[in-house]
Amino acid sequence: MMLANKHDTARGHIQAILGSLVNIEFEGPARQNEICFIQHEGKSLMAEVIRITGNIAQAQVFDSTRGLRTKTPVVFSGQLLEVTLGPGLLSRKYDGLQNDLEKLPGLFLERGSYAPPLDEDCQYSFIPLSHKDALVCAGDWLGEVQEGWIQHKIMVPFSLQGQYRVAFLAPEGKLRLKDTVAILQDETGREHTATMVQRWPVKKPLLGYRQKIRPDTILTTGVRAIDTLNPLPEGGTGFIPGPFGCGKTVLQQAISKNAKVDLVVLVACGERANEVVEIFKTFPELPDPHTGRKLIERTTIICNTSNMPVAARDASVYMGMAIAEYYRAMGLKVLLLADSTSRWAQALREISNRLEELPGPDAFPVDLTAVISAFYARAGKVILRNGQTGSVTFLGTVSPAGGNFKEPVTEGTRKAARCFYALSQRRSDSKRYPAIEPLESYSKYLEYPEFRQNLEGIMGEGWLDLVEAAKDLLRQSGEAREQIAILGDDSVPLEYHEIFWKGELIDFAILQQDAFDRIDANTPLARQAYMLRLVMGICRRRFYFPHFEDTAAFFKKLIHLFKQMNYAEFGSANFHDYENQIHAFVAEKSS
Amino acid sequence: MRKVYTRLSKITKATVSLFAQDVSYEELASVDGRLAQVIRIAGDEVTLQVFAGTEGIAANARVLFLGHPPRLKISDELVGRYFNAYGDPIDGKPPVAGEYVELGGPTINPVHRSQPSEWIATGIAGIDLNNTLVTGQKIPFFADPGEPYNQVMAMVAMKAQSDKIVLGGIGLSHDDYLYYKTVFENAGAEHRTVVFLNTTEDPPVERLLIPDLCLSVAEYFALQKNEKVLVLLTDMALYAEALAIVASKMEQIPAKDSMPGSLYSDLARIYERAVQLPSGGSITIIAVTTIHDGDITHAIPDNTGYITEGQLFLRRDTSVGKVIVDPFRSLSRLKQIVIGKKTREDHPQLMNALVRFYADAADAKTKLENGFELTHYDRRALDFAREYSRELLAIDVDLDMQKILTIGWQLVAKYFEKEETGIRQDILDKYWPEK
Ligand SMILES: Nc1ncnc2c1ncn2[C@@H]1O[C@H](COP(=O)(O)OP(=O)(O)OP(=O)(O)O)[C@@H](O)[C@H]1O
Ligand SMILES: [Mg+2]
Repeated sequence: MMLANKHDTARGHIQAILGSLVNIEFEGPARQNEICFIQHEGKSLMAEVIRITGNIAQAQVFDSTRGLRTKTPVVFSGQLLEVTLGPGLLSRKYDGLQNDLEKLPGLFLERGSYAPPLDEDCQYSFIPLSHKDALVCAGDWLGEVQEGWIQHKIMVPFSLQGQYRVAFLAPEGKLRLKDTVAILQDETGREHTATMVQRWPVKKPLLGYRQKIRPDTILTTGVRAIDTLNPLPEGGTGFIPGPFGCGKTVLQQAISKNAKVDLVVLVACGERANEVVEIFKTFPELPDPHTGRKLIERTTIICNTSNMPVAARDASVYMGMAIAEYYRAMGLKVLLLADSTSRWAQALREISNRLEELPGPDAFPVDLTAVISAFYARAGKVILRNGQTGSVTFLGTVSPAGGNFKEPVTEGTRKAARCFYALSQRRSDSKRYPAIEPLESYSKYLEYPEFRQNLEGIMGEGWLDLVEAAKDLLRQSGEAREQIAILGDDSVPLEYHEIFWKGELIDFAILQQDAFDRIDANTPLARQAYMLRLVMGICRRRFYFPHFEDTAAFFKKLIHLFKQMNYAEFGSANFHDYENQIHAFVAEKSS
Repeated sequence: MRKVYTRLSKITKATVSLFAQDVSYEELASVDGRLAQVIRIAGDEVTLQVFAGTEGIAANARVLFLGHPPRLKISDELVGRYFNAYGDPIDGKPPVAGEYVELGGPTINPVHRSQPSEWIATGIAGIDLNNTLVTGQKIPFFADPGEPYNQVMAMVAMKAQSDKIVLGGIGLSHDDYLYYKTVFENAGAEHRTVVFLNTTEDPPVERLLIPDLCLSVAEYFALQKNEKVLVLLTDMALYAEALAIVASKMEQIPAKDSMPGSLYSDLARIYERAVQLPSGGSITIIAVTTIHDGDITHAIPDNTGYITEGQLFLRRDTSVGKVIVDPFRSLSRLKQIVIGKKTREDHPQLMNALVRFYADAADAKTKLENGFELTHYDRRALDFAREYSRELLAIDVDLDMQKILTIGWQLVAKYFEKEETGIRQDILDKYWPEK
């Protein structure tokens, strides 16, 4: 880690220790949220100032505090918590503080050891995209280098405010990260050197675009219960709350594999190491279904598992967001996934409690909702200054205490995110995966006319009405089920059974999806449109069965055939064979 | 010579405070001979948690700082031995020689972990079929205090292939302790067991030491000797309660159910030490978390469930009069890695079909209880459920995988039609038993 080599930074020593919180008695200009380093037995332990009272700075330590003593010296860095941005971020595995996990020495994560996020000696072929004397602003493209399969834009540093004149621009050729790419002159004639790397305080939104626009294009996740029923657009926000074991991680991982986006930033925040290991091991092997490249080529992983320092959980989500925003400024579609944002909220709670702040509900900090909202607000679709568009779509999981959605993190997130994918214990217990409750969930983007138009364009005319009809049928089916349960099978009209079973058909054929089946795991939009039309075509028919047991038998057979169809390659002989069987079977039974 | 302090500034039920210099965070101390640990330093005032409790501690108690965090001498000599929460022998044999290892040290860099991939066969069909376990996994039994969870856990421990078994008794009743001892002896397993014990009679705060002792020993065997280590922790609910005691004495604001706000991180720190290493060594943690009246929304099971890779639920099935592994609430998250791959290809689909029918039977049962007529299908489902429960779910069923799958197919075919199974056609074609 870099220490600012300035004289105007503060110094101090430890005065108190409680868990990951230390009080530092300091002299000099300590700043709120400044990074400082505790000098312990030859190691530098990183910490962030989170409150200053008089000459005492309270800091959360991103490491174990074992062995620390009072009087241990602390040096302040003069910098806030920053992310390093530049070519080479792709395919990396970082911890919450952007240490490259592959480069950290030893089997164990020893405290006080750091590994630089980028490879400074790596050479890139630079191609200028601007020219001498051009007038530029933060985020404008100066040039590009090839990073894996993407043209990584070298941008005017985001920290520069106002307009600059390009006084020098490197010609085409090989450059290292820290070589001068451009010299930029501000209005007063002062010169700023731009290299391929820049640093950015993670907690500040990275702007540098012309304007943010309303999301208007569907982001294909390949999950039917999302794309068909409650679609998430590029640049949209959504959250997945659910009790433990209901499938949040499986769902998010499925999306990380199948989503049609340029890049995926995965933040494993306070969850299991084994889940991250699975990604480490499988992503280099698995293909991106849209490009055939390996998944790892489009993925950056930020990993702060539950046994890693709690304070760094807070850092990890912001690291992920800043990296996503950075690539968005290159005109890319980025998907940011965080599992689980509740662990981040809990980290905030732990620190807030240690600071003895006045607690809000369930002892969470009172400003929790505001913090969550500010974070979600950083997602979005933007028009860059050169007219191109880019997006950061954010989808976070929430792990509600006791599975109760009326707890502060779920409620706070509900206010911030516009798509809601509620996982229920009931569906999960009956292994109806993904356990997304179709009716409780919503996509508020369906209110946007431009988004509706986009959907009708892709899925075909009349699509939204068809989806509404499917939702209505699910609702009616639920009501019929209740009536049957209250009154008994033979005390309700036969029609109730038919309605109930039509809902079951939609559930089994459309909503349920096997995340572990090679084919069923990912359903392209064309197939989703095809299947819903097929299912709804059947649901619109009236059937007349002599007895409710016949109704059940008929639909069970139908469901069986649909499942086979879902396991078959779209458009394959097998697929059509089952489809024909379905048509024949339906024709036989309908009037 | 280290300085001796003789003036306490504050005494609570679990902690003492005093003014002292040059104390390091988390170092150990002795308070009138009782082991204590530094849990807060504020200027010159130091707060210690006293593991054995503070009953009878005088304001002028002698406090001596030991200059090191909790540690244990670790070597092969630990095997076959019994220790208390301080790592002192309780089996009348001499102390163990070995290297000091600091407890609760750093975590393994996730890039150096392997993906768990080795199936652990237990013979208990309700586990092997529906909740298949894998080395490197962490999974608790959620059980009401009345359930025979210690017996089941001992059974699993004896049947599972492992090189070492480390048992951590956390508020274990003396009878249960003797039970484990007998099981280990009878199975001739004492050459591969290590036991750390805190019984119901021992002070509750001492319990906080047990998991770290067990896991440090497990790490020694898994890392240094490339062994497969099984760690049994019973009962982790009592560990959580000990955390709550200390937190409340520290005047921390409790979160849900009077538990400390850091409960998730505290438990994760322990469970996440389960690991599969590339060398073949592994640590698998099987724990017990007792719950009350089946309430899994209580903060202890809730936070546990969010950390562990599934949970095993024991329940008495009154229709067959046996304790079963409940297929609804039980889950092994890692089963995906092995089922159908290390086990036969039809395993996942058959397993799902069986559980679905069992769920239909549960619906039928509700119907019956509400006084409704049952359909033919309902009756088939109910008959199936009883047989499924007795033949496969009951904890006394001891079968190999081949046999489990055979019985599974026979049950499905006996009560249902192919079309009712939802099983993929190629699997049906290959495995459907001809009647
Ligand atoms: N789409 C799916 N298809 C098949 N099985 C699934 C699916 N989703 C979830 N499961 C099953 O549920 C288990 C738990 O899922 P997952 O780990 O995603 O839960 P979670 O909500 O993330 O839980 P936690 O909050 O504890 O992390 C999986 O291991 C798997 O067995
Ligand atoms: Mg999860």
